Amino acid sequence: MFLWFHKLGSPPHFYRIAGKWIPWLTWITVLLLLAGLYGGLIEAPPDYQQGESYRIIFVHVPSAWMSLFIYVVMAVCGAIIIIWRMKLAEVVLISSAPIGASFTFLALVTGSLWGKPMWGTYWVWDARLTSELILLFLYLGVIGLHNAIDDKRTAARAVAILALVGVVNIPIIHYSVEWWHSLHQGPTVTKFDKPSIHWSMLLPLLLMALAFQFYYVLALFHRCRAELLRRERNSKWVEEL
Amino acid sequence: MGGYAMFVWPSYALVALVLWLNWYLPRKQHDRELRLLKRRLKAEHK
Repeated sequence: MFLWFHKLGSPPHFYRIAGKWIPWLTWITVLLLLAGLYGGLIEAPPDYQQGESYRIIFVHVPSAWMSLFIYVVMAVCGAIIIIWRMKLAEVVLISSAPIGASFTFLALVTGSLWGKPMWGTYWVWDARLTSELILLFLYLGVIGLHNAIDDKRTAARAVAILALVGVVNIPIIHYSVEWWHSLHQGPTVTKFDKPSIHWSMLLPLLLMALAFQFYYVLALFHRCRAELLRRERNSKWVEEL
Repeated sequence: MGGYAMFVWPSYALVALVLWLNWYLPRKQHDRELRLLKRRLKAEHK
């Protein structure tokens, strides 16, 4: 297992493995997305209070979950960079940042589009919304900092520190609805003992969440392969491609 | 969509657009890098 992991950390090996997995990941993502969309837009009944507007949650909630998950992945990569200076962790961290920023942007905008008919406003400076906006700035900070430093190894160490420092925002986002009075609703799905959402809505939501997870790996592999080619353009393995 | 179409469909359209861009642009960048590499190797071997 350790040998497999060690081998996966080698750029040429990762490049080849990612290339082989991409077609499979594409199909799994497409099938999960289609199943989730069918369940969410066609099968699931309208909500008794929110009517049809609640269907935005099938893209909003998975986007918000991914925005947190990807930042945690980046923080783990940051720790690996600082401790072991692993090149692949640098590539994964910097390739994850635009994907994470995209999901954060989507969570904010789709949440805002749901908020208008339900709360009567697109935006409030509520703890959950504000901490999610700070997350978007953290992602943009990581991308900006990486682009601002020419030496990519130094840039990687700098963004690793930023990713590690910024991870403190993740529990703040998650618990903000419990710690502060908030317009945003409290936990619905993560109350695993008794989720306050009917299974006919929960199932498509989980399918969409799974689809977004696979999509993240797919998009990450595409970005990592492009980044590896750019960084290793003078390496022998790249010339042999 | 029970009067909420102007909120629901733009949400889905935006998600589709962003997901597509995040899939398409890195693929394009990868292909460009490969093309540049091949061009460089060709020039070096001349």
